[in-house]
This record gives sequence, C-alpha cells and structure tokens, in this order.
Amino acid sequence: MASTSTSVQTPGRSVWDGGVSPMGASYGKLMMWFFLLSDAFTFSALLITYGLVRSAHPGYDGPIDDYVFSPAYWPVPEKVFDAIPFFHGLEAPLVFVGIMTFILIMSSVTMVLAVEAGHRMDRAAVEKWMLWTIVGGLTFLGCQAWEWTHFIVGTGTPTIIDGVEVFGANLVQNQYGPPDFADFFFFITGFHGFHVFSGVCLNFLIYYNTVTGVYDRRGHYEMVEKVGLYWHFVDLVWVFVFTFFYLV
Amino acid sequence: MASHSHEPKVTVLPPDKAKIKKLWSVALILLIITVLEFIIAFTVPHEYETSRVTIFILMTIVKAAYIVGEFMHLRHEAKVLIWSILIPMVFVIWMLVAFVYEGMAIFNTRL
Repeated sequence: MASTSTSVQTPGRSVWDGGVSPMGASYGKLMMWFFLLSDAFTFSALLITYGLVRSAHPGYDGPIDDYVFSPAYWPVPEKVFDAIPFFHGLEAPLVFVGIMTFILIMSSVTMVLAVEAGHRMDRAAVEKWMLWTIVGGLTFLGCQAWEWTHFIVGTGTPTIIDGVEVFGANLVQNQYGPPDFADFFFFITGFHGFHVFSGVCLNFLIYYNTVTGVYDRRGHYEMVEKVGLYWHFVDLVWVFVFTFFYLV
Repeated sequence: MASHSHEPKVTVLPPDKAKIKKLWSVALILLIITVLEFIIAFTVPHEYETSRVTIFILMTIVKAAYIVGEFMHLRHEAKVLIWSILIPMVFVIWMLVAFVYEGMAIFNTRL
C-alpha cells in the first residue's frame, strides 16, 4: 500500500452495484429464462432415467428384418411407431412422428414471426402469426392423441406374455417390450404433451389480449416474447424427445 | 378496471425483411437436419449403433443450438445471461453420463 496517494479515489462501480440491469433483460424475461432452466432439469431427469433403465435392459441384436416384439429385450422404436392415420396396415416407420416434428418446428417459426411483429407494434401481424401458432399447437396435440390411442389399443399380432395374448400397452402390460418402455412413453410424451397444452392456453391468452388491444395500450408486446420463449422451449424439448425416444 | 374508449396512437413499423429472412433460413436448416436424421435412420444399418447414436446426438445439439440461439434469441443476449443458462446444463451432461454408466453396471450384475 502506497502511503503517498492522497487523491480521493472514486470507488470502482460495477454493473452489479444496482441502478442498471446487468443481464440487459426485463424481470419477466429473466424469470421465464430461469423457470425454463428448472423445467429443463425436470425433462432431463425423465430422459436420463430413460437412459439408465434402457442401458440396464438387454438390447435386440438379431437381424432387423426378423424383429418381433418381446418383453425379453428393449424394443427398436422404429418398429413400435410405424403407423400413420388412415393407412391401416401400411408400414411407415417414424413417418408420423416426423410429421409431428415438422408441425412443432413450423409453429415455432410462426411464434418467432409473431414476436418480430410485436417489436414493430404491428397488431394485425401478431394476430395472424399467433393464430397460426395456436393451430400448429392444436394439430400437434391431435397427432399425439392419435399416437397414444394407437399405442394403447395396439394392432397386428399380439405378443404372448406368460401364456396370455397382450394387445397394446398400459402401465403394467406392454405388447411392444418391457413394461418400463410403455411407462416411459406415457410419462415423457405425456409430460411434454401437457407442456404443449399449457403452451396453447398461454398462446390463446396472448392472442386474446392482442385482439382486445391490451398490448397497444401497454405500449409494448413483451408478453408475446415471454410466452414465445416458453413455446420455443416446448419445441426444444421435442427435439430431444424425438432423438432419445424415437431415433436412438 | 375502467374501460376507456380512446385507443392510443400506435405507429406500426414496416417489417424487418433481413430479420424475417434470417428466421426462415434457420427454419430451413432445422428441417434439413431433421430430414438428414431420417435418411441416416434408414440407410445406416443398426450394426453401427455407436456411430448412429453419435451422429444423432451431434445433430440434436446443432438443432438445439439454433432453437435456443436464434429463436429464443439467447445468442444476442448479454454474455452473463448466456453463461447463467448454459453453465448449469453441465450438471445435466454429467448426470446423463453417470446414469447411463450406472445402467450398464446394473445390466452386468443382472447377467
């Protein structure tokens, strides 16, 4: 320490000393980000548990053309999800889930276009893009309802488990493989589907407020941005579910 | 809340053409990667399971980066916000590695 210094030094100001926003984002947006981070942990827990249970089960290692459903090994997903609506009996592995992925990505695009329109205070454009986003979300939910029905009811030849014919799946019995596989299907896609449902509700709320001019009176469309973050997160989770549940 | 009949004067700005074009190109990239995933799923045989899984995970990370970076706008936020979101995900990666390893250990003890 130099004792010669006599000039009064101004204390070093940090952005964290208050008065400014160090993260350059509003309170609402930050809270949405950290909520989404915690939600990401929840989804990670589900997917990681899937990884744990799957790697604890034997995999199918015969030729893929001779594949049959059996509770003895973990199923090959493309053999489980190979149906599409209105084409009964046609083998179209993963096509339907591909369509669902396309729908969700497109609804994410329309959402981000609504956010862009909001920045410009363009009420008509926000209304248009929010409506498309809601349509996309509802279509996705409809697809998921069909997929669940198909999975629960089951088709084709039944699997014989302990001398009993098993069609479809529930939480204790599974035509396609070990019961754990069906449990994870219901929990992971169900938890994601619930997020899509609440996302559609929030999107509708935003649409309603836009139509009634709430954000014009407020002077900004930041709510569209916040709900947009949530909606993109739902799309992001689906990208991971698609890879870890359907592809791998 | 009392309802007011007078609506505020709102000036609508013209569309930001460059930004909209950028958003559509990100959408195109996401769709192309998804199509590539499909092609790999049906052309690369199941015997190459390790390389299949590696490619799928890499493509998923690329897609996630585009969604979070561009759609959620995180790439253009303050550095401290970017790191506050990304660093906690390190725990998730570790948890994934640890639990899949644990699952393989359970598999071996069951044999």
